[in-house]
Amino acid sequence: MARKTVVPFGPQHPVLPEPIHLDLVMEDEIVIEAVPSIGFVHRGLENLVKKKDYNEMVYVAERICGICSFMHGMGYCNAVEHIMGVEVPARANYLRTIWSEMSRIHSHLLWLGLLADGFGYESLFMQSWRIREKILDMFEASTGGRVIFSVNTIGGVLKDMPDDMIREFVTILKDMKTELKKTTKIFLEDYTVKSRLSGVGVLKQDDALMLGAVGPMLRASGVDRDLRETGYAAYADLDFEVAWSRGCDSYTRCQVRIDEIFDSIDLIEQCAAKITAGDIRVPVKGNPEGEYFMRVEQPRGEAIYYIKANGTKFLDRFRVRTPTFANVPAMVETLKGAQLADVPLLILTIDPCISCTER
Amino acid sequence: MSKIMNFTGTIMKNLFSKPVTTSYPFEPRVYPERTRGHIEIAIEDCIYCGMCMRSCPANALSVDRKEGTWSIDRFMCIQCGYCVEKCPKKCLNIIPGYPEPMPEKSIEVHHKPETPADETQEPAASKPAEAKSPAEAAPASPEA
Amino acid sequence: MDDYGRDYNIEVIDVDQLLSKAAERHMTGWRLAQICAVYIEEHQQYELSYSFENVYELLTYRIKIDKSTNVPSITQIYHAAFLYENEMKELFGVQISYMANDYRGKLYRIDEETPFIGKGDK
Repeated sequence: MARKTVVPFGPQHPVLPEPIHLDLVMEDEIVIEAVPSIGFVHRGLENLVKKKDYNEMVYVAERICGICSFMHGMGYCNAVEHIMGVEVPARANYLRTIWSEMSRIHSHLLWLGLLADGFGYESLFMQSWRIREKILDMFEASTGGRVIFSVNTIGGVLKDMPDDMIREFVTILKDMKTELKKTTKIFLEDYTVKSRLSGVGVLKQDDALMLGAVGPMLRASGVDRDLRETGYAAYADLDFEVAWSRGCDSYTRCQVRIDEIFDSIDLIEQCAAKITAGDIRVPVKGNPEGEYFMRVEQPRGEAIYYIKANGTKFLDRFRVRTPTFANVPAMVETLKGAQLADVPLLILTIDPCISCTER
Repeated sequence: MSKIMNFTGTIMKNLFSKPVTTSYPFEPRVYPERTRGHIEIAIEDCIYCGMCMRSCPANALSVDRKEGTWSIDRFMCIQCGYCVEKCPKKCLNIIPGYPEPMPEKSIEVHHKPETPADETQEPAASKPAEAKSPAEAAPASPEA
Repeated sequence: MDDYGRDYNIEVIDVDQLLSKAAERHMTGWRLAQICAVYIEEHQQYELSYSFENVYELLTYRIKIDKSTNVPSITQIYHAAFLYENEMKELFGVQISYMANDYRGKLYRIDEETPFIGKGDK
């Protein structure tokens, strides 16, 4: 009977982008069980609703996380707009969709770089992030910030993108497509990368559904669910196909995310063709009253925003259920039976955003 | 059959081309025009209503109507641009150029330009008008 | 149905019905979406929302309790609920019994107990 040892993993570890702690119960290099423990970055942001009114909370909601920042702001604004019955103009919806899809490309490129770093392939990490720099420059030219945009407001968006800027972005993205094809070919076809990723971290379809996995974790296990099909923002006018696959292992998750990058470039081109002229915001008066659940498809999965308002300018409750929060039980399940050297890789395959999880 | 040496093309191109990074302190960085760097005020248009102070999510601004001063703590400012939105006279502006690092924190105070007698007064740091003024540890320095 | 064609509605139930409703959802293939707590100061009550999802529909059960009521845990039916229930217990002080993975107040490692309810109400 082999002896069990407990190895503490994290919170400070070179491969983790954010601190998370796991206690791994091991038997001779195979992990039997993992107990997650979070709480190193808890800032209590949801408690700030008592001190900041509902307009200022947009800026707080954006700063929950650096990578998912735009969609947190958009989800919050959509929920409050729904409670107050404000209808956002069509041009604002298209602009929000363009920025959301650019955020998705940015997040997936960042994840590809971290994945390559996770199994030691640092030059591939550098190539992925070199492509990502172009997107950050596009963000800075259109919104003013590279990571935190501060462009959402209740009733629309604050800054407009003139048509020649949109055309320029589409050209830059087209050139980026050829570079992306070269880099992503390495992820999908190289012998060393494939041997690290195939067959590692299998999550079967029933487990994925019952444990509550969301996003690419779920879509790589054979379930085609993508909240963009419900048609919030401008998605109702665009047509796209959900990227999903039946592989159930880490290689498939990598493939699903790469497919999503190319789908996003396609969606931005469609938006640029269909965008209409008009206002970018409507004036909003009064205070919200009521409650609403808003669901948004973030790069990492589905996020649920719950807002409860009572008629004063301070909200009663603002709750974000982030995708990583839902993916942690699924991650713990994939860790069972893994080798110790694969543990950092498996933590990275759920695309952990621990600042979002703990707010 | 998956390939083995298919990264070689990129490596060769990388070895023989010039670096992607710019040598930053020697080559100045060119910011696009919409970059949110820092806040500037056209003090002659300010009416000291205090809307910017009440709307700042980081409590970095303080306005004293009696003294006629508008002060900003650059280290607390998060460059969100909400004060620029809210100002009824549109005298605030957010322009490129991030705040420089400094050895100690200080608050920048702007005085009303018409009455010269105000220039010699103590800045508003010693007399917070509302409870929302930022806690200042270092002595405030008058605007240069 | 809301404007986006999605179905979402809120049903108010009692604490005793919670386990049977959760089992019903589990058997018909619904997944757990989120569990949330709100503290209403005027009535000194908690409002718990248990949301379940099925593809694009969202159904929420609302339970209104006061501070001394004990809520049974649904981790035996939906194992993934342990994170949400630990968070509710630590930040709001809701009393939950029979949790599968009970962190006993140490999930978020915070100094202050139950910071999300006001100081006078602890």
